[in-house]
Amino acid sequence: MSRIAARFARLRQEGRAGLVTFTMAGDPDYATSLGIMRGLPKAGVDIIELGVMFSDPMADGPAVQAAGLRAHKAGASVRRTLDMVAEFRRSGDNETPVVLMGYFNPIYIFGAEAFCAEAKKAGVDGLIVVDLPPEEDHELRPHAIANGLDIIRLATPTTDAARLPKVVEGASGFIYYVAVLGITGTKSGAIEQIQESVERIRKSTDLPIVVGFGIKTPEQAAEVARVADAAVVGSALVEIIGGKGDTVRSALRFVEGVANAVHSSRRKAKADA
Amino acid sequence: MATSVNSYRTGPDERGHFGLYGGRYVAETLMPLILEVERAYNAAKVDPDFHRELNYYLKYYVGRPSPLYFAERLTRQLGGAKVYFKRDELNHTGAHKINNCMGQILLARRMGKTRIIAETGAGQHGVATATVCALFNLPCTIYMGSTDIERQAPNVFRMKLLGAEVKPVTSGSATLKDAMNDALRDWVANVENTYYIIGTAAGPHPFPMLVRDFQSVIGEEVRKQLHEMEGRLPDTLVACIGGGSNALGLFHPFLDDRSVSMVAVEAAGLGLETGKHAASLTGGKPGVLHGNRTYLLQDDDGQITEAHSISAGLDYPGIGPEHSWLHDLKRVEYVSATDQEALDAFKLLAKIEGILPALEPAHALAEVIKRAPNLPKDHLLVMNLCGRGDKDVFTVAAALGIKL
Repeated sequence: MSRIAARFARLRQEGRAGLVTFTMAGDPDYATSLGIMRGLPKAGVDIIELGVMFSDPMADGPAVQAAGLRAHKAGASVRRTLDMVAEFRRSGDNETPVVLMGYFNPIYIFGAEAFCAEAKKAGVDGLIVVDLPPEEDHELRPHAIANGLDIIRLATPTTDAARLPKVVEGASGFIYYVAVLGITGTKSGAIEQIQESVERIRKSTDLPIVVGFGIKTPEQAAEVARVADAAVVGSALVEIIGGKGDTVRSALRFVEGVANAVHSSRRKAKADA
Repeated sequence: MATSVNSYRTGPDERGHFGLYGGRYVAETLMPLILEVERAYNAAKVDPDFHRELNYYLKYYVGRPSPLYFAERLTRQLGGAKVYFKRDELNHTGAHKINNCMGQILLARRMGKTRIIAETGAGQHGVATATVCALFNLPCTIYMGSTDIERQAPNVFRMKLLGAEVKPVTSGSATLKDAMNDALRDWVANVENTYYIIGTAAGPHPFPMLVRDFQSVIGEEVRKQLHEMEGRLPDTLVACIGGGSNALGLFHPFLDDRSVSMVAVEAAGLGLETGKHAASLTGGKPGVLHGNRTYLLQDDDGQITEAHSISAGLDYPGIGPEHSWLHDLKRVEYVSATDQEALDAFKLLAKIEGILPALEPAHALAEVIKRAPNLPKDHLLVMNLCGRGDKDVFTVAAALGIKL
């Protein structure tokens, strides 16, 4: 069983939702970024999503754009991102799934086949490539499959019933539901609409459904955790990393708060009922 | 497309690819909308009412057909080929950009969209978009890099007079590529009511195709006009390329006329050897940006690098995917001209023909100046004079060290 499948199996067994965090690899520098990554599992993170820096992130808001620029200045690259995952695995964590999220060009230039092989070797479990819709992912998918990497597809509020089958067909790992019409770190989705969409997607797939975009607070994360298999927190965390002071400590403290809210949300929901 | 090409005019395929290039590399949020634009365009393309309406506005509002002008004094000075200018700078708003904007706004109206967005570099596409939005009473937001806002102040003011909101873009190099990023971000957030009028033959399918189609009026007119004047086809076509829409507009109707050679001129900025240029075909390699695969200026990690050109309209690190395809097939010859060569050409044309060309076609003119003297006197060369230079007088003055 893949690390991602094992993690969701465990969450199901424990009757709780999961927390996924997004950070940009190499932000604000390699050592700090690795330090944060190493602390995430203990702070309660169930799946680590790691951004691969790209100069033109068209689906990202100001927070993630700034994170990419910080990482770029500090020498981030595809190779360094893979190094970071390998170092994370070497430090002893062989269970927490690591998913890389980014745009196609850096992968294309690295070479899709080489990238998938190296990513697997480094300890990566899945890939989210934002600008590679099902119509275009045929250059990456075979290599991902050959290396046992999950191709995680995005579903959005514009993915209607006619299109949904195309999105879920050939997807693996989980479905990432983008909760808002828009870019990362801006507006937040209404929970009623998120719930309705998650239920709609569940009818066409058995894969876990993870919800992200616009989730900034422990309260919002807990709310989403009641209706989805996991919630993603990205920009809010990235903003802390871009702030001043001991960013490792403040980032992990923020993550702990969100993790507690997510992990207890269903118990709380039951108690409230 | 692996087989030998029988026609250069059949692309793209049904998935929007020109060989290796093109495609639809966009976030899932945009995908359904892009498919909808494609459906709407395919329906409009075969609808006589759509063409009747478009032709009406092109004739009575834009002022088409634009003249084909024999540049007699320039021809005499260069001493070789007969040089003709396709005067698309005489269109309403002063450039070829309005051909495309008129087509796309009629499409947006058919789709029931109520808000328009666009990116702009030199400001010509922004002005053309703001113009058609004023004409059809649609609110309009133009994304423009803050660097470009500075060097194209007259066009910024024109857009505002036309009622557009001009949003400065400060990310990245604060030029055309970054304006396109922000326009795409706006579109993702406003898919339901908004139509994005992309200004060049790039972006996700179907934009490279539909922009090319709307610009092809340029080449179609040239074919007819030159036939009336000379009784035959041109021998050489020359145009500048940033994204490449004016060049495709001129070239596309002639692609299958094997006797017609075509030359497209990229911006070599301070010189190809300096790395400060915007010549994506000469100095770049294939990659994926802004929804399509095409030649891009980028580093070894796949990060897009900054382009440089004195001309804001050519200051883009990519190029339309159909050009990448034509480049690999060698159907079109791709060359470049530096900032300095463009400036020299600009000054020459002002003095010798009484025409201030935009800095963009001044690049094409630089190539004409190099090429024409070596061609026989009966050689017919047509250059697309795709924009007028009024907007550039401040840039040119600064480059010449003159304070206005």
